[in-house]
Amino acid sequence: MNMPRISHFAVALILGAVIARAQTPAGEASRGKDLYDKKYLCSACHGFSGQNGVGARLVPMKLTQAGFMAYVRHPHDTPTGMPPYTAKVMPDQELADIYAYIKSLPDSVKKAKDIPVLNDILNNQK
Amino acid sequence: MASSSKKTNSVGRRGFLRGAAAGAAALAAKPPEAANAQPPQQNVIANATATTPTQAALNVDVGNGRPIPGINGIALSPGSDYMVDVLKQFDFEYVVANPGTSFAGLHESLINYNNNTNPEFLTACHEESAVSMAHGYAKIEGKPMLVLLHADVGIQHASMAIFNAYADRVPIYMIAGNWGHAVQAHNAQDMALMIRDMIKWDDEPRSLAGFADAAQKAYTIAMMPPMGPTLLVVDEDLQEMTNKEVNLRVPKFKPIQPPSGDLGSVREAAKLLVNAENPVIITGRSARTANGMTLLVELAELLQAPVSGGDRMNFPLTHPLSGLGIPGAQADVTLALEVNNAPLSRNGGRTINISSTILSVKNNYQDVGDRYAAADIDMAADAEATLPALIEECRKLVTSDRKRAFEERGKKLAEAHRQAKLKDIELAAIGWDASPVSLNRLYGELWPFIKNEDWSMVSWDGFMGGWPRRLWACDKHYHYIGAQGAGGMGYGAGAAVGAALANKKHGRISINVQTDGDLNYAPAVLWTAAHHKAPLLTIMHNNRAYHQEVMRLQRQATSMNRGADRIHIGTKLWNPEIDYASIAKGYGMYAEGPISDPKDLAAAYKRGIERVKNGEPALIDVVTQPR
Repeated sequence: MNMPRISHFAVALILGAVIARAQTPAGEASRGKDLYDKKYLCSACHGFSGQNGVGARLVPMKLTQAGFMAYVRHPHDTPTGMPPYTAKVMPDQELADIYAYIKSLPDSVKKAKDIPVLNDILNNQK
Repeated sequence: MASSSKKTNSVGRRGFLRGAAAGAAALAAKPPEAANAQPPQQNVIANATATTPTQAALNVDVGNGRPIPGINGIALSPGSDYMVDVLKQFDFEYVVANPGTSFAGLHESLINYNNNTNPEFLTACHEESAVSMAHGYAKIEGKPMLVLLHADVGIQHASMAIFNAYADRVPIYMIAGNWGHAVQAHNAQDMALMIRDMIKWDDEPRSLAGFADAAQKAYTIAMMPPMGPTLLVVDEDLQEMTNKEVNLRVPKFKPIQPPSGDLGSVREAAKLLVNAENPVIITGRSARTANGMTLLVELAELLQAPVSGGDRMNFPLTHPLSGLGIPGAQADVTLALEVNNAPLSRNGGRTINISSTILSVKNNYQDVGDRYAAADIDMAADAEATLPALIEECRKLVTSDRKRAFEERGKKLAEAHRQAKLKDIELAAIGWDASPVSLNRLYGELWPFIKNEDWSMVSWDGFMGGWPRRLWACDKHYHYIGAQGAGGMGYGAGAAVGAALANKKHGRISINVQTDGDLNYAPAVLWTAAHHKAPLLTIMHNNRAYHQEVMRLQRQATSMNRGADRIHIGTKLWNPEIDYASIAKGYGMYAEGPISDPKDLAAAYKRGIERVKNGEPALIDVVTQPR
């Protein structure tokens, strides 16, 4: 019997997360900022804010560090545009630093009705 | 020994100019008669050696690139005056050029004989800017600007912009000079050859009578859908020498109407559309004029069919029928209007295609007709010209039963449209306070300053999340003019200036959200905007990168498992960061920035808009999120 593809992915992600959990180093946000903004240009798709851009919204970060690291290593298991970063090109420590930095970014999501300019546009649609 | 001799005898250009200056100074001290008897150039040439510049080169240095025309140096009624009489029929508002010797005759006739009015001369600092300006202008006015190009060098400078206009089906009317006497390399046996594959038509008339015929043909072909650039190549002597052609008159010009679809096909299409349960309308470049939008609204409302697509304004985006349709509903009939490569409907749906593209096909470029997909009903015709008949035929077929069904469909479509809009507005709140500035905020903050003005968005919203079309009330044909056509960068700033000059007489404020990479191709068009007082607010989308390539290279490097830590090489515009406000100020424009804190936007916009409302351009440099 063929299992749905999503089930394969879910199993892989959970296994990856379990394996990775034992190996996840502690991250340092200040180092992560340089890696995110300048060295690897994660900001290219996810914005300097982690909220803007063509890539997935990273803030608020909903993955655990282990889950995040597993995803970055194997993004092709999901239908996103995220390219894979192996440990060869992005060591675990750096990935942990990036995770710590993303977690430190402010989650300043507002509702449109709370922003006067957008609320005005919103009212014109109703 | 040889080098020593060369050194001793060499004059060189700089040395020669110093000598000429000294000679001129000495002559200035002599009585006028003596000066006339011994012109400074001749004096220097007499003492020159074999390495001295030639007489032709010297003539160029002093601005005389050709023999003196006419009798005693005076050309009576030069050919270029007649050319201007012919060109006047086309009601050009502007002529734009980077000045060049090869069209000096026309230039002089336009500013003196024609008193620099209709057309008014616009100074461009690069031919790419000149053609891009004409491109943006045509998208607002629906007619061409006259562009003068300096021989083969000017054509080559202009070629990228010409390709953009060709792919964007935009009329550009170009004249290039040829067979000048100044620089041999500026003459060509076949001047148009290098761009023939990306223009609709060209000619090099051999007489003034021939010019009149060719000029009318060039205009007609440029304006006939699919519209596009045309080029006339004009002999320098034909412009400048006395007009000696007898019985020369200016032939009357009468525009030709674009072709509409044949009535049989129109009736068949109407039958399909009226009987469809879920018809959809997809547009490409269907509204050539404001009336094209009005007609499409009429058809969509008659059928209660959703309208989507198009990289420029074909349909009001505020209209309840604007959108992709009822979620989950499968289109059973698709009407494609001037869509490149009209899509065949999936799942057995029928397709009606009305497009002029097939009427003018070139082999080389892949987006123009040659990947054309056959439809169930195919009309090789102009969509805008066909819509009146299609509306009429549909109207005849709508029964009261169908009308009730349409009304029910319309309610669902209106709700789908409303939900899509609400979702967009909610998405705009994400990252609202981010610094650098998010693009949703860049556009959102501007809306209060323009919503009560007559405004025109004269730049592409690609690379920017499409936010103006998602947030602003775009419901007029000039509210958004779309992209480059062929995707060639360097178009944006020039097109914005041209469009702003078109909007000027209508009292409209033009908005250009300008990508940094695009501006850096030919930034001197900012000077053109300042010099000609284009009412244009330019807001920099300054993400300090060729950002599309950052993302592309990132993907490439990681897929090679070689890492992304070097992708800034060749893609980022940093170290040093470019100061666009200083650049704009240097070109004589009011400017502010860089602004990274979104809280500073509103005040800067207010100041910028005030400048523009006073009839001058302004630039605000905003440091932005990458996308």
